[in-house]
Amino acid sequence: MMTNDGLALAPPNAGAEGAEHEKGSMTLMNMVGALNLALDDAMRMDDTVVLLGQDVGRDEGVFRVSADLLDRYGDQRVLDTPLAEAAIIGGAVGLALYGLKPIAEMQFSGFAYQGFHQVEQHVARFRNRTRGRFSLPMVIRMPYGGGIRALEHHSESREAYYAHTPGLYMVIPSTPRNARALLLASIQSKDPVIFYEPKASYRAFKEQVPDEPEVMPLGKAQVVREGSDITLIAYGAMMRPTLEAADELVDADGVSVEVIDLLTVSPMDTETITTSVAKTGRAVVIHEGPRTCGIGSEIVARVVEESLMYLEAPIRRITGYDVQFPYFAHERDFLPNPTRIAHAAREVLDF
Amino acid sequence: MPRKQIKIKPKVEYLSILDGKGKLDESLDPGLDDERSVALFRLMLVARRIDERCINLQRQGRIGTYGPCRGQEATHCAATMCMDPEDWVVHAYREPGSFYHRGWPMETVLRFWGGYEEGCQPPDGVNDTPIAVPIASQCLHAMGIAWGMKLRGDNHAVLCYCGDGGTSEGDFHEAMNFAGAYHLPVVFFVANNQWAISLPRDKQTASETIAQKALAYGFDGLQLDGNDALAVHVGTTEAVEKAKSGGGPTLIEAMTYRVSVHTTADDPTKYRSNKEVEKWVKLDPIPRYENYLIRRGLLDQKKIDAIDEGVLAEIAAAVESYESTEETNPMDTFDYTYDELPAELLSQRQEYKEALEREGLAKTS
Ligand SMILES: Cc1ncc(C[n+]2csc(CCOP(=O)(O)OP(=O)(O)O)c2C)c(N)n1
Ligand SMILES: [Mg+2]
Repeated sequence: MMTNDGLALAPPNAGAEGAEHEKGSMTLMNMVGALNLALDDAMRMDDTVVLLGQDVGRDEGVFRVSADLLDRYGDQRVLDTPLAEAAIIGGAVGLALYGLKPIAEMQFSGFAYQGFHQVEQHVARFRNRTRGRFSLPMVIRMPYGGGIRALEHHSESREAYYAHTPGLYMVIPSTPRNARALLLASIQSKDPVIFYEPKASYRAFKEQVPDEPEVMPLGKAQVVREGSDITLIAYGAMMRPTLEAADELVDADGVSVEVIDLLTVSPMDTETITTSVAKTGRAVVIHEGPRTCGIGSEIVARVVEESLMYLEAPIRRITGYDVQFPYFAHERDFLPNPTRIAHAAREVLDF
Repeated sequence: MPRKQIKIKPKVEYLSILDGKGKLDESLDPGLDDERSVALFRLMLVARRIDERCINLQRQGRIGTYGPCRGQEATHCAATMCMDPEDWVVHAYREPGSFYHRGWPMETVLRFWGGYEEGCQPPDGVNDTPIAVPIASQCLHAMGIAWGMKLRGDNHAVLCYCGDGGTSEGDFHEAMNFAGAYHLPVVFFVANNQWAISLPRDKQTASETIAQKALAYGFDGLQLDGNDALAVHVGTTEAVEKAKSGGGPTLIEAMTYRVSVHTTADDPTKYRSNKEVEKWVKLDPIPRYENYLIRRGLLDQKKIDAIDEGVLAEIAAAVESYESTEETNPMDTFDYTYDELPAELLSQRQEYKEALEREGLAKTS
C-alpha cells in the first residue's frame, strides 16, 4: 500500500567505495535491518559520520541496530560511551561544531531527559544564536513507544516535547523502507534531527528496501492510501493499527478511507493534511502519546484554521490518555488498537 | 607565586575480612553476634533463590524482563542489614534481598517485574523508595532525604544504591557534591559489578577506583570486597555510624561481579569472556560466607538445608500469591494520577472504560 513518491536517490557521492548494486535491486528486511543499512550507507559515504552511545559498539546496540558497524568502521567512528546522556548529546554538539557528523543514540527515549537540557538549550538553538555561523548537523536516534512488554520508562511517546522546541526536526518512520530513507536524509540534513524509532515495529514486519542508498525529504507527510470519505492521520508505530482499521472500514463498511503518515512530526506538513481533510470533510487523528498538547492537538488546530468550512463532523483523537503509560501488564489495553480507531471513525462518519 | 603540591587530606581504604575460601582475618573480626550472622546468610540465600525463580518465571513468560543480582548478594544484603527502620534505603534495581529485609512482601517485588505498578508500592511504614530504573537519578533523592534529616535534626541515615555505570551520570555527581557541601548523613553504595551492560568498568571512568571520586567532593571513599559479606557489613556499619554522629557522607565502592546477564534481554557472550566470569564465580559470596559460618560452628549441612527449604517455601507461596491475585483494574492509573480526578481526566477515564468494554479487553470497574 506504500506509495514511494518523494523517494529519491542520494547525491552522487553515494556509494563512493564498495557497495555496488544492480540498479533497482531490493532486499527484504525488517526495520532494524533497514536502520542498520542507513547507518552503514552514511558511514561509508561520509567519513565524518560517527556513531556514539551506550552499548552501540561491541554489543551492536541493545536492539542490534548498529550490527557489524564497529567491525566495519572501527572504534574511532563507533563509540561506546560511558553512561551519561548529557555527555552523549552535549558531546555530539561539540563534535558537530568541530565538523563531524554525530549520530547519537539514546538507549531508550525515556532516558533522553538526562540530556534534554542540551537539546533545548543548545542543539535547537546554535544556528540562530550564532546567526548562522554554526549549525548542528546531528541526529539523536532513540527507540520510543509501547508494546514490547518493557520495564518502566521504556514505553513512553513524548514526541510532543521535541515538536515544541523550535529548531529541531522531529522525524518518526513507520516502515523499513521509509526508516532507511528518512534516517539517511536526517544524517544528511544541515539541521539537528530527533529521530524517534518505533521499537514495536523494529521486527514486526519486513519490506523490500532498495540496495542503493535512498532518501526521502524531511518535512513531508505521505498519503499512503487514497480515499474520499474520511482521513486517518497517524505516524510511527500507530500506522499499523491505523491501516488495519482502514482495511476494516473499507471491507466491512464500504467506506473510502484516506490515510496520511506524517513521517516528520515537526515541522509539520500542514498542506498534505488540510488538503486531504478539505476533500474528505472528516478526520481521526491517532497517536500513542498523551492527548493534551499532543501532536493531534496541533493537527486539529491546523485543520480548523485552514479547512474548517469543509468539515462535516468534529475531528476525533484516538490517543494515549493523559496518564502515565501503564506498566506492561496493561499496555495492550492502553495502546490505540484497530477496533478503537475504527469505532471512532464510524462515529465521525455517522455524525 | 609558587608552583607547589597541594596536600589533600582524605583517604581511600580497602577492606576485606574473609578470604576467597571464607577464612577470617582475625584481626578484623567484627564480632557479629550469632543470630545476626545467620540472618545475613539466610538473607543472601533469599536473594539467590528469588533470582533463580525470577529467571525461570521470565523464561516461562510469567513475568517480563528481569535483572538478576547473582553474585552480588553480599553487597546489598549485608549493607541493608546495617539500616534501622527509621533510616531510609534508596534502591536501584538489583537488590531483591534488600527489599525483602526491609519488609517488602516478595510478591510485591514480583509484581514490579510482572508489569504492575503495585510492585512499586512500599508497605506502610517502610522508609524505602521503590525500584529506580533511570540510572543514578535516585542518588539525588537520597541526598534530599538526608538533607531533610539534617534540617530536622534527626539522627538517621540514608543508604543509596547505584551501579558503576551510574557513577558517570551527572545526577550521581550532583548528589555527591550536595552531600559533601551540606555534610549530609548519606552513604552512597556503588555496587561495582564491573559491567554496565556491555561497557567494562575500565572504559566507564579513568579513575583508578570509584571510591576516590568521594575525595573530590570532600568526604571519604572506601573500597571493599563486595563478595565478602563481613567486609560489606563492617564497612557499611562504620559509614552509617559516622553519618549518624555528624561525620557526613561516605562513598562505598563494593567490588563485585554481575555473574549473570544484565537482564534477561541481554546476551553477555557478545562482549565478555567466560574465563572472566568463571574467575568471579569462584569468589561467589554465598559459599565464602557459608564456610565462615560453618567454621564458626553456626551452620552445618542440616541447618543449611533447613534454611533453604524455608526460603524456597516462602518463595513458592509468594509466587502463588502473585499469580492468584485478581487482575488489576486498568482504571486505577486514572485514580492515582492526581489527588482529585480533574474533569478532563474523568471524561477520558469513561472513554477508556467504554472502549475496553466494547473491545472485550481488561475487566474494568
Ligand atoms: C538514565 C538511563 N540511561 C540508560 C539506561 C539503560 N540502562 C539500564 S541499566 C544500564 C547499565 C547500568 O549499569 P550500572 O550502573 O553499572 O548498573 P548494573 O546494571 O551493572 O547493576 C543502562 C545503560 C537507564 N536505565 N537509565
Ligand atoms: Mg554495573
